[in-house]
Amino acid sequence: MIALLGLVVGVIAGLFLEPSVPLSLQPYLPIAVVAALDATFGAMRALLDGIFDEKVFVISFVSNVLVAALIVYLGDQLGVGSQLSTGVVVVLGIRIFSNVAAIRRHLFHA
Amino acid sequence: MPDETPDPVPDETPEERPDERPSGADGRRRLLGALTARPSRGQAVAGVLLALLGFAAAVQVNAVRTETPYAGARRDDLVQLLQSLSAAQDRAESQLTDLEDTRDALEESTDQRTAALEEARRQLDALQILSGAVGATGPGIRITIQDPDGNVGARTLLNSVEELRDAGAEAIEINDEARVVAQTYLTDGDDLTDGELIVGGRTVRAPYVLEAIGSTETLSEAVVFPGGLTDEVEALGGTVTVEQSDTIEISSLAPEPHTDFVEPST
Repeated sequence: MIALLGLVVGVIAGLFLEPSVPLSLQPYLPIAVVAALDATFGAMRALLDGIFDEKVFVISFVSNVLVAALIVYLGDQLGVGSQLSTGVVVVLGIRIFSNVAAIRRHLFHA
Repeated sequence: MPDETPDPVPDETPEERPDERPSGADGRRRLLGALTARPSRGQAVAGVLLALLGFAAAVQVNAVRTETPYAGARRDDLVQLLQSLSAAQDRAESQLTDLEDTRDALEESTDQRTAALEEARRQLDALQILSGAVGATGPGIRITIQDPDGNVGARTLLNSVEELRDAGAEAIEINDEARVVAQTYLTDGDDLTDGELIVGGRTVRAPYVLEAIGSTETLSEAVVFPGGLTDEVEALGGTVTVEQSDTIEISSLAPEPHTDFVEPST
């Protein structure tokens, strides 16, 4: 419940404060958001599996974000930034889909 | 989006093959349990992280919506964009140069045309005055010839006109009614003793008043020099008075010239 409230508060704060993204963070923020989404869906699936642990969630959330940002940074340094970002988004997207499929099976038996 | 409760069994969160078939009733029960669970430290942590996620997502969405399309572009794309822009600028600049050249050429030709027109107008003015098509005004002299005996004839007047022309008279008029131009002829009238002349087809009578526009000094000289008009007229029993004026008005016009035989030779 609190987590749901936190999500709502975060969205509202982001919409109303309208902070500008620092230039150095600009390439990483979208990837980080997708990675965090992946972690969140994974956590939800674990919850429905009955194996959720907040410690694991926190660690996976933070490490997902950091690794995604690191990959994009590395890609930028190697000159393949846009391709690597695309790759990361694709992989995270596949994971999100599979997690959502598991969640669906839990909730609807289908 | 749903949320979660602390559950006793820790495990990896993401990355699982979706092959196992857990019971749906179990999943729903757990979700319900999570939604109704008492607040705990784990819930708070998850809430903070999700707040972070929501905040970042909203900020990113805002940034994408409000910022220029180039803000997130990569260096290669920007370089390519810049190159195509500078190529377009080069094209535009060369176009600009071409157009400026065209404009200069057109302006030049306009200037030339204006100058030619100006010159033509000046010539037109001069020729109109010389041909007696328009009135004229300017400094000059007024010669009055009194001829009580009627001895002053066309010959004398013709001489005086020639003298005036020699002195640079630019427009000559006799008695305010006969304009003297290149085609004008002077003959004696029928009644010589009355003092009558025909000037270009118009009859003029004594006293004759010749008005001439030109340099007043030179024109006066041309009249009074020894053996000139004054002496000639006085020898015939008449008198000549010369009056210098800054504004001589010549208002009579010569007949419109027209030619039957002559054509300009090229």
